[in-house]
Amino acid sequence: MELLAKIFAMAIAAIFVQNFVLMRFLGLCPYIGVSKKIDSALGMGMAVIFVMTMASTFTWLIQTYLLVPLKIEFLQTIAFILTIASLVQLVEMIIQKTAPALYKALGVFLPLITTNCAVLGVAILNINEEYTFIFAILNGLFAGLGFTLVLILMAGIRERLERAELPRTMRGMPIAMIVAGCMALAFLGFSGLKF
Amino acid sequence: MSIILYSIATLGILGVIYGLGLAFASKKFHVDIDPKIEQINEILPGVNCGACGYPGCSAYAEAIVKHNAEINLCAPGGDDVIADIAKILGIEAISADKKIAVIHCQSGGLNNTFFRYEYHGICTCKAAVLVSSGPNLCNYGCVFQNDCIAACQFDAIHLDENGMRIIDKEKCTGCGACVIACPRNLIELVSIKKRVHILCTSHDKGVVSRKVCGNKTACIACTLCVKKCPVEAIEMQNNLAVIIYDKCINCGQCADVCPTSAIFDPLKEVRAKKKAEAKAKAETVKKQLEKQKTTETLEDTN
Repeated sequence: MELLAKIFAMAIAAIFVQNFVLMRFLGLCPYIGVSKKIDSALGMGMAVIFVMTMASTFTWLIQTYLLVPLKIEFLQTIAFILTIASLVQLVEMIIQKTAPALYKALGVFLPLITTNCAVLGVAILNINEEYTFIFAILNGLFAGLGFTLVLILMAGIRERLERAELPRTMRGMPIAMIVAGCMALAFLGFSGLKF
Repeated sequence: MSIILYSIATLGILGVIYGLGLAFASKKFHVDIDPKIEQINEILPGVNCGACGYPGCSAYAEAIVKHNAEINLCAPGGDDVIADIAKILGIEAISADKKIAVIHCQSGGLNNTFFRYEYHGICTCKAAVLVSSGPNLCNYGCVFQNDCIAACQFDAIHLDENGMRIIDKEKCTGCGACVIACPRNLIELVSIKKRVHILCTSHDKGVVSRKVCGNKTACIACTLCVKKCPVEAIEMQNNLAVIIYDKCINCGQCADVCPTSAIFDPLKEVRAKKKAEAKAKAETVKKQLEKQKTTETLEDTN
């Protein structure tokens, strides 16, 4: 029971309280870039969830069983990026094979998950927080869920903004920035939550 | 020293493992792409207008190669694109009958429309027609919020000095975006070879349509054109004369008899000129003949 409570607390923390996009400000590039349509936002979110979970798994294993015993922790960043890049390549191949339309919709942002600092962020955070293996994987999953949630919320708002009557100067990117700011403010409300 | 070795070994091994893994995955998830699809996709205009009936240029390219779709469906591309595609596929080019948009309404300007009320709502035709049958008196005519202009990707629809929508024949590619955009279904794609059009879509009775049309060019269902047409290319459909373009021979006789000028014939002046020329020519020939005759008679008398 205590374990479940811990997992729940972690989920709330990763999805809302310490949301990667709106509280830690990681992964802002796809947040603005792929949030024009709900469909592609959902696809991107799924890809990020997959990459984050897998990255958490592999980086934790590499850190614990390779880097620490050999005392070469300083290679952490480079080894993690190597892992993440390979995973993204794998995801890209899978998506291209199974969902060509999604592949086209995501466009350049799919390979850009490689440099999505949220993925590297969650990997390094797992190590810094000294999570156990299972918790590291769960943290990756929840972080991805948080990212997807925010991305879809943003996409929903922006789809409506397309039809809204706005001053010409505010159309497109400016209003997206304002909306992003408002969402960050709203998520600030979660920061008081503690378990 | 050992740290350097460990570092090199660790990253090297990781790199090799990932490399092998990706190589395996790329074999497993390999997607075969016919190079022809890529080539055709490059030739197509890339505007994704959907005139071909496929969700985009790349989908059409794929359909041509994989499902033997017709190669003359791309309206914006025109004959050049068809010839290029035919070259890639190694087949004979079929020429497309180029179609352009025709707006079947001559009203819709600021100066030639009778208003039911002043419309100050959302600036789209789709919204305007919803408010008690639109702001203009004619229930069938243009409501001038310019959805067609917004829909046109090729900048082919313009407003003239009266605020009327004019279609630029050179720029129009016949993609049909405006046809879909117009909530009153005023726009139709017609072969560029057909020049005579009935520019009214009102199904009102003659008295009503004459009264409500701000341009006074409504079809009043008098059926004069139907009777006049030598090839029976005009039909009455529910109080509206409609040209059946397959039969029309561009003779323009219907435009001559139309009492309200609802039928537009751009060749009218050309025809009049030709007629005048022919008349003049006939007269000169006649004069010459007469002259010849007189000289002949003179010679005879001599």
